[in-house]
Order: sequence, then structure tokens, then C-alpha cells
Amino acid sequence: MSILVILEQRGNLKICGLEAASASRKVAEASGMTLNALYLGRAFDENPSVLAGLGISTLYAYENEDLHYYSNERYVHILCELARELEAKVIVCPATAVGKELCASAAARLQIELAQDCVALDWNETLKAVKPIYAGKVISDVSFSKLPGLVSLRPNTAAIERRGEDLPAIVRRDMPLIPARSTILEVAEAMSGYVDLTEAKIIVAGGRGIGGPENWPVLQDLCEALGAALGASRAAVDAGWIDASHQVGQTGKVVCPDLYIACGISGAIQHLAGMRTAKIIVAINRDPEAPIFQFCDYGIVGDLLEIVPKLAGEIRNRRTN
Amino acid sequence: MIIAVLIKHVPDTASVLTISDDGKSLTLNGIKFVMNPYDEFAVEEAILLRERLGGEVVAVCAGPPESKETIRTALAMGVNSGVLISGTEQLAGRGLSMALAAGLATLSPDVIFAGKQAVDSDGSQISERVAELMGIPHASCITRFELKDGKAEVIREVEGGHYHLSFELPALFTTQKGINTPRYPTLPNIMKAKRATIKELSLSDLQIEPALLESELLVERLAPARRERRRQLIAGEPLAQVQKLYRSLQEEDKVL
Repeated sequence: MSILVILEQRGNLKICGLEAASASRKVAEASGMTLNALYLGRAFDENPSVLAGLGISTLYAYENEDLHYYSNERYVHILCELARELEAKVIVCPATAVGKELCASAAARLQIELAQDCVALDWNETLKAVKPIYAGKVISDVSFSKLPGLVSLRPNTAAIERRGEDLPAIVRRDMPLIPARSTILEVAEAMSGYVDLTEAKIIVAGGRGIGGPENWPVLQDLCEALGAALGASRAAVDAGWIDASHQVGQTGKVVCPDLYIACGISGAIQHLAGMRTAKIIVAINRDPEAPIFQFCDYGIVGDLLEIVPKLAGEIRNRRTN
Repeated sequence: MIIAVLIKHVPDTASVLTISDDGKSLTLNGIKFVMNPYDEFAVEEAILLRERLGGEVVAVCAGPPESKETIRTALAMGVNSGVLISGTEQLAGRGLSMALAAGLATLSPDVIFAGKQAVDSDGSQISERVAELMGIPHASCITRFELKDGKAEVIREVEGGHYHLSFELPALFTTQKGINTPRYPTLPNIMKAKRATIKELSLSDLQIEPALLESELLVERLAPARRERRRQLIAGEPLAQVQKLYRSLQEEDKVL
């Protein structure tokens, strides 16, 4: 009986996989099960200290140049084979774009249930999870009446906790890959230093109130000062001011940062749905009646084109002093 | 070419939701239902493909009888026919995907489109499971679809980048915002949709192993996501405002 956690990589191990391992360790301790981990990618050559103290007993590293980029068919095949071999009762994966797809396919192949995009895991006689539904308007406590069960965990919801410096044993496996019916023609990767919305610790987002696309540089400068990702409201996307991949909200991305700075965003219910789990929300808006002021921790009523550059300046000043 | 599209009848995203007395379900009476917004992109993409290559688009929906309204919306947008799979309300992800896969298998589709997730359950799993059960490859969250030399070429978004992939058919794709702009139903199509016959399949028609229809994921409790925010307005001159904000974020909240 064991728990299997999937450590996602993009060249290096991603933070969200280590978060999933930490959340899984708690389940392992409460249930008395062993925690194992799965890595798929090029030869695993990271400093093992990245896995120190996470409570992982064995890391199964499937190493193949052709596993560097995600292939649904190949990843699902390996995950399901390993889950069966280890008799995994609980499988945990980060709820990233790739992770969610992998979980859904694996759940179908293993004929088990899946709770997708959970924000907490627990064990009390069986696996339990907390899952937002209706774009986060409702929180659902779910429990698995039978195991194995599969859960994906939303990035930024669990802290990475290390105890001691124990390292996992590493079992390296290099096996022939199954043929796939899909081929990768090209992978476009973001520039280094790029922060994705769903994994960002800080997000600066703009809405109709920024006035026009010519004002994005004002927000981008604040992003740069903070190491933040840039988000947008549906209104800004639908106006054609920015690409849909930046949209936060019901038809965009659901985000969970430590800090969300909403600039010129009125706060429609569909937008709140995408960012309501942010730890701290700051609203900057000219309209004191904007609904966002009912849903923020700090509000500044004023002209964002004046406030935002001053905030960026203040951050840079403090950091250099 | 047969193009299938999976659609779902869901509460409008602006709905105010109330939790029932049992604490495990929602009171959905009096709430406006619509086609799942992501499914509109799937319907549009299916119709665009038919317009280029000919063939037939079939909308498939699992849910209560009222779901026919959403099938009629799809018909009014231009799909050729609709199938309702009824009696699926109590199913969890495993059972529901088996029902849909069995229903779809009767159509032998060449391409299946679906929205990337349903905005009620936010499950993001049914379509991918359906592909797996039908033994066909798939990609989630695509923002571009093209058919080239009998193969589907798609752009699939991932965090901070995208994959350009090529698929043998049949295959399933889930769509998201950015792929197209869904059309509005036309008046003649709305009239035609009202009169259209919608084929109905029940779970028992689909001959699925009963044990696999059993839900193994139980809802123990639902709670409204109410989180009290401080709603602290910072007054003063702009420079004083940002200095105060910075101090609070750094010293009290420790998020900087």
C-alpha cells in the first residue's frame, strides 16, 4: 500500500510537484502508507537536495529524451503501470494543464474516481479532499468511498515542508516507449524568468479601467518590480487589448497567488470567481462604488496611472535600500 | 465526416447559489441554465469544420430532461442533430464518462469536440476520460484546430508556452477561449431547433457494468466560499497611499 506523487518537470522539477509531495506526506503519515514519487523526463540530474526532507521513500525516474516533453499517451502508460506495480492507493498530481489531463486519462484507464483541482488533502479512514466547484463559489468536501483514488492539487495551495535531510532512494528506469498516435511538431517555451499566472505568487491584473492597451506598460513595470505575472479581466480581453491567455476569471484562469493587485477592474462575479482564493487582494480603481472594493483587503480610490508607477517606485526604493 | 460535440446544461455563471438543507446539494430551482460557456467554442469549432469539409455535427448531452434546452441552443447554432443521455444525475466522473463514451460509440465520430471544463462541477475530466475509454488520442485546452492531410493539427496551451501537435483521427479535443468566436443562433435555426426531434438514450440502453456506474466519490458537505476581506480603504496623497500599502503588505501580511 502506497501513495504515488507525480513530480512535474519543465527541465527542472516544478515547485507545484514539491507542494503536492508535502501534501501527500501528511496523507502518508495519517494512513501509515509509504510515499513514492514519479519523475518522467530526461536523465534526472538535479541536486538530490531538492527532494530532501519531503518524506519520499523512493523516486522512480523514467528517463528518456522523448519524455522531456509531455506526451499524454506515454505518460499515462507509465503512470498506470507504476501505480499497478506499487499497488498505489492514492495518486496525487499537481493540477497544472498537463497534470489535470494526465490525471483524467489515468483515472479512466484505472477505472477509478478523480477529484480534480483540489485545494487540500486529508486522511480520515479514507482519502478526503477539498474541492472548489462553481468556479470557487462553493467549496465541496469530498471523500473516496473506495480506493485507489486520484487527486490533483492546485498549485500554491500547499506549503513545501521539509523535515530533516533524508533523501529518497532513486530507481532509474530506461525502457522502450510505446508508440504514440500524436506527434509533437513544435514546443514554444516561454522566455526564462516568465511567471505563469496559475503558479505566480504575485499577480498584477488590469481591466477596462486602465483606459486602453497603450497603458499595459504601466502594469508591466509593476510586474517587473514585483516579479509578478500579468493578468487581465474579461472586459480587457474582449476589448481586444490583450491575449486571452492572460484572462483571470470564469472563462479564463483560476489563480491562487499570495497577492493579487486588481487595477481598474470593477469586480464582476465572474472575475471574482477566478481570484477569490488569493491570500491578499488589493484594488486600485477610480470608481469608489466598484464592487471590487467589497472584495479586497486594501483599496485605493484613485487614478491607477498615477498610483501604479508610484507603487513600483516605492518597491524599487525599498528593495535597493 | 461525423463530428460529435459534447455539451452540458449548467447554471448561468452569474447565478447566486444556495446550499440545500441537507448541506450536500444546491437548490437550483429558479436558476437560469445555459450551455456551458466553454462548450460554445466546441460547437462553433465543430460547425466550422463541417462548413469546410461537409458532414454532420451531432451534439451529445448527458443530464436531466431540461438539458434539451441546451441541445436546442446547439441546434439553433447550427448542429444537425442532438442526443440526450438521461438518468445520469447521480453519476460521478467514472460513471458519467462511461455513459457518454457508450453513447458516442454508437455515432462512430471522426472528431469529437468538447469544452475544456464544465463551469458547475469544474471537473475537467469527463472528455479526457471519454477519449481514453473510446481508445482515441486527445488534447485538452486547444486554441487552434486545423485539418491537414487527414490529420488534426492543434495548438495546446500549457503553463508559459504551447505545444503544436499532430493527431491521427479519430481524436478528441477540448476547446477554450481564444480558438474562435461562437456564433449567435439565427432566427430560422431557432425555429427549426424548436421542432427538431432529440434522440434519447437511457443508461439501460447503454449496457454498462453496474458496478462501474456506482459513484465512489462522495460529497460530504458543501459550503459557500465566504471569505471576509478587510476592505480597508487607504486614504491620503498618492505617495502616502502607496507607502502605507507597501508597509502593510510587507510587515502585516508578509506577502512582499
